Amino acid sequence: MQTVYTDVLVIGAGLAGERAALECADAGLSTICLSVVPARRSHSSAAQGGMQAALGNCAMGEGDGPDVHFADTVKGSDWGCDQEVARLFVDTAPVEMRRLAFWGVPWNRVVPGKSSYFKGGQKYEKVEKEENKGLITARAFGGTAKWRTCYVSDGTGHSVLFTMDNRCAQLGVEVHDKTEAVSLIHDGETCFGAVARCLKTGELRVYLAKATMIATGGFGRIYPNTTNAVICDGGGHILAVNTGAVPMGNMEAVQFHPTGIVPTDILVTEGCRGDGGTLLDVNQERFMHIYEPEKAELASRDVVSRWMTHHIRQGKGVPSPYGEHLWLDIRHLGEKHITGKLREVYEICTSFLGINPIHQLIPVRPTHHYSMGGVRTNKDGAAYGLKGLFSAGEAACWDMHGFNRLGGNSLAETVVAGGIVGRKMAEYALGAEVIFKSTVIDGEARAQEERIQALISGKNGSQSVYKVRAAMQEALNKGANIFRNAPDLEACVATLQDVLGRAREVGLKSSGLGASPELAAALKIEGQVKMALMVAHGALQRTESRGSHNREDFPARNDRDWLVRTLATWKSPEDTLPTLAYEPATQVFEIPPGDRGYGKTDVISAESKKE
Amino acid sequence: MGRLLQFNIFRYNPQDPESVPHTDTFVLEETDSMTLFIALNRIREEQDSSLQFDFCCRAGICGSCGMVINGRPGLACHTKTKDLPSDVTLLPLPVFRLVGDLSVDTGSWFREMYNTVESWIHTKKTFDPSALEERMDNGTAEGIYELDRCVECGCCVAACGTARMRQDFLGAVALNRIARFVIDPRDERTDQEYYDIIGNDHGIFGCMGLLACEDVCPKHLPLQNQLGFLRRKMGITALKSIFRK
Ligand SMILES: Cc1cc2nc3c(=O)[nH]c(=O)nc-3n(C[C@H](O)[C@H](O)[C@H](O)COP(=O)(O)OP(=O)(O)OC[C@H]3O[C@@H](n4cnc5c(N)ncnc54)[C@H](O)[C@@H]3O)c2cc1C
Ligand code: SF4
Ligand code: SF4
Ligand code: FES
Repeated sequence: MQTVYTDVLVIGAGLAGERAALECADAGLSTICLSVVPARRSHSSAAQGGMQAALGNCAMGEGDGPDVHFADTVKGSDWGCDQEVARLFVDTAPVEMRRLAFWGVPWNRVVPGKSSYFKGGQKYEKVEKEENKGLITARAFGGTAKWRTCYVSDGTGHSVLFTMDNRCAQLGVEVHDKTEAVSLIHDGETCFGAVARCLKTGELRVYLAKATMIATGGFGRIYPNTTNAVICDGGGHILAVNTGAVPMGNMEAVQFHPTGIVPTDILVTEGCRGDGGTLLDVNQERFMHIYEPEKAELASRDVVSRWMTHHIRQGKGVPSPYGEHLWLDIRHLGEKHITGKLREVYEICTSFLGINPIHQLIPVRPTHHYSMGGVRTNKDGAAYGLKGLFSAGEAACWDMHGFNRLGGNSLAETVVAGGIVGRKMAEYALGAEVIFKSTVIDGEARAQEERIQALISGKNGSQSVYKVRAAMQEALNKGANIFRNAPDLEACVATLQDVLGRAREVGLKSSGLGASPELAAALKIEGQVKMALMVAHGALQRTESRGSHNREDFPARNDRDWLVRTLATWKSPEDTLPTLAYEPATQVFEIPPGDRGYGKTDVISAESKKE
Repeated sequence: MGRLLQFNIFRYNPQDPESVPHTDTFVLEETDSMTLFIALNRIREEQDSSLQFDFCCRAGICGSCGMVINGRPGLACHTKTKDLPSDVTLLPLPVFRLVGDLSVDTGSWFREMYNTVESWIHTKKTFDPSALEERMDNGTAEGIYELDRCVECGCCVAACGTARMRQDFLGAVALNRIARFVIDPRDERTDQEYYDIIGNDHGIFGCMGLLACEDVCPKHLPLQNQLGFLRRKMGITALKSIFRK
C-alpha cells in the first residue's frame, strides 16, 4: 500500500478546503487536498447567488457595516449561533472579498448613475454614487437589512472556485482528485491522517499528516430530495463519526428551500417569488395567502416550505411519477422579464424539464438544501475530541449559522473560515511534534482492506446498498422533514435502527474491481445511517421550535431549556443510537435572545428559568 | 406506458483482467422529464451495479458528465431522453484517459493545461488587507466572466480533430483561458509572454478552424471569436519578433 507523507492533509477541495490549504502552503508547509471529483467540480461551483460581506459600496448598501451584518446573522440563526464566531466572521468577510478580487475574481462593480430595480413586483429607482465607481457592488438577498451580497453575474461560486484553484496551482498545493478518504487514522487522542481509496484504480492509499482537515461540504444526499450534488453524501462526516471521539454539532438543524424543481430537485431562485411569481396547487389555485394573509409567497423560506408541505398533506398536491408537487407560476411576468431577469430559471426549465415557463407552470416542491450541523469545532476550527483534526465550510459546525443559515452566508463562510482555520492549522502543524505510530497506521489500513473484502465476498450478507440507501432516505423524508412531531420522529428512529441493521449486512452484486461505484456507496452506507439517526434522534429530543427545526407538538422557541447546541457522538461501533450531550449555544452574548422581526413564534424566555 | 428506450453503452473496466471493450444493451421504460442522469442511475441501481459514469451537480453547472451521446459530445445531465430516438448509444469522451465505461479522467488533463498556460493572475503587486479594492470597470468585469464560464467539461476537446490527432494540442479551452487573462487588466504578462506559451503548433497555429469546438460547447462560449482574436494578436506578435531580430 502506497504511503504519502505531507505536513497538512485537507480532505475536500471546495472553497473551504482550498482556502485553508492556501494558508498552509503560504506558511511553507507541504499541503495536499483530496477530492472525489476534480477540485473545480466541487459543489461550491454551483452557488450562483453570491456571498455576503458588508462593504457598503452600492446605493442600497449604504450604512451597512459588520455590526448590521452581525445582527442579521444572529437573528437568522434564531439565536442558535456562537456569537463570538459570528463576530469573527462579519469582521473578516470584507477583507476576504477584496483578497479574492486581488487573486482574480471578476466581481460585478458599481456603475454610477440612475437605474431601476424590482421589489414585490413593483419598479423602483436608485442612484449609484460617482465616487464609488468600480468598487465591488452587491445585490439583495433574503433576511438582510442591506444589499450586501457580492456576486459575479450568475456564477459566483464557479468564478470564485476557479480563482481559488488557480491560486492553489500557483502555490503548488497538490490536489489528488478522484480520491476518496474512507477513514481517519488516530489513536483516540491524535489524528495522523487518513486512509483513502483511489477512484481511478480502486487502490487504497495511506496519507500521513501532522494536521488533517475535513472540508467535505454538506451531506444532503441522506435525504431523497435535495438541491445538493450527488457527491454531497456525508463521506467526510462519516470519517469523524466513526472515530467515536468527535461529536457532530446540531445535526437536527436542516434547511429546506421552497422551490426545488421536480424531478431533479435543481434549485430555481427565490427571485421568482420576489419578482411576483405565485404558488398553485392541483386545482391551479393560489393557497399561500390563506395561510399567510400578509406576506403570502414572500414569507421566509422556512415558513413557505412549511405551508407547502401542509397543503400537500391536505391532499392538494399534484401527483407525478416522482411524487407529489406544487406549481410555481411566473407566466404573468411576461417573456421579457423571464428571459431577462430570470434567464437562469428560463434555462433550467427549458434544458431540464423541457418546459417553457413563459407559457407553462413549473413543478416545484420544498427540497433539502443546507446542513447547518456538522463536525463540531471550536472557534479556531479545531475539532472536539481529537488533536490535529480541523474542519471548515459546510462540513463543520463552527457555528455561525445556528438553526438557520442566511442566503449568501455560506459561500462567505467558506473563504472566511478557510482563511482563519487554515492559519490556525498551519500554526499547529509548525509547532506539532507528531509521532506516527506504525501499529495504529497498519491496523487502520488492514481494517479498511478487510472491510472491502467482506463487502466483495458478501461475508456479512447480501443486502443491496441502493435499497438500503433508499430506505434510509425514505425514513428521514417521512419523519425528520420540515414538520416534526414525537410520533413521526419515534417511528423514524425505529425504522432507521432497522435500516442500520440492514446496512451492516450489505454485500456487493458486482466484482468491486477498479473504481467500482457500488463499493464506494457500500463503504459509506452504515455511516450515513448513523448520521440519519443523529438527525432524527436529536430532533426527537429537542422539544422546541427554533429556526428550521419545527416541532408541531412544541411550537414555541424555548430559550429557557434549549438555548443549547446538541453534540452527537457515536461512542461504540455496536451502538444503535448516538449519545447526545449539550453545551451552551454561545458563551458570549452581544445580542440577547429576542424577536427576529419575521415569522411569528412564541418564545419561552430564558429569564423564566429563574422565577 | 412510455416508450421503451434501448441504451447501447460502451463497457470496459481496465482494472479487471477479464474485461474486454464491448457494448452492453439495457432497456428502460421512459418516464416524464427523464434525463440521461435519471436513466443511467436507474440502470445502475436496478440492472447493473458495476456501471461507471460521472455526475456531480446534475444541473449543467459542474461539467462532470461529458460523454458522447449518439455521436456528439455533450452533458448527459441536461440531455432529455425525449429529445433522443429510442435507440441511444453512449460512449466515453475520447482524448481523455479512460477510467472505466463512460468515466474518463478529465482532472489530470485540465490540471496540466492550466499549469501550461499558467492560469493565474501574474502581478508584482502584493495584497494589502487594509486598502480598498482596486477599482475595475463593470463592463471589463463582465467581459472576463463571459470567458470564465467554461466548466472544463472537455466536450470541445473531444470534438476537436486536431486534439484527437496530436496529444500535445492545447485545445480551444486553453486558448479561451489565455484570452481571459489577456483582457484582465490585473494580469501583467506581455504579448510576448503569451506568445511563448501558445505561438506554435500545439497552440494557436495548430487549430484548423473547423468550429467543432464551439458547436458542442454546452456553455455557448464564443470560442471562435477567441481563437480569431488570439490568432490576430499572436500573428502581430510573431511579426514584431521577426522584425526585432
Ligand atoms: C444549488 C445550491 C446553490 C447555492 N447557492 C449559494 C449562494 O448563492 N450563496 C451561498 O452563500 N451559498 C450557497 N449555497 C451553499 C454553498 O454553496 C455551500 O454551502 C458551500 O459551497 C460549501 O463549500 P465547501 O467548501 O464547504 O464544500 P464543497 O464545495 O461542497 O466541497 C466539498 C469537497 O469535498 C470533497 N469530498 C467530499 N467527500 C470526500 C471524501 N470522502 N474524500 C475526499 N474528498 C471528499 C469533494 O470532492 C469537494 O472537493 C448553495 C448550495 C446549493 C446546493
Ligand atoms: S476550431 Fe480549432 S480548436 Fe476548435 S475544434 Fe476545430 S481545430 Fe479544434
Ligand atoms: S469551452 Fe465549453 S466545451 Fe470546452 S471545456 Fe469549456 S465548457 Fe466545455
Ligand atoms: S453533472 Fe454537473 S454538468 Fe452534468
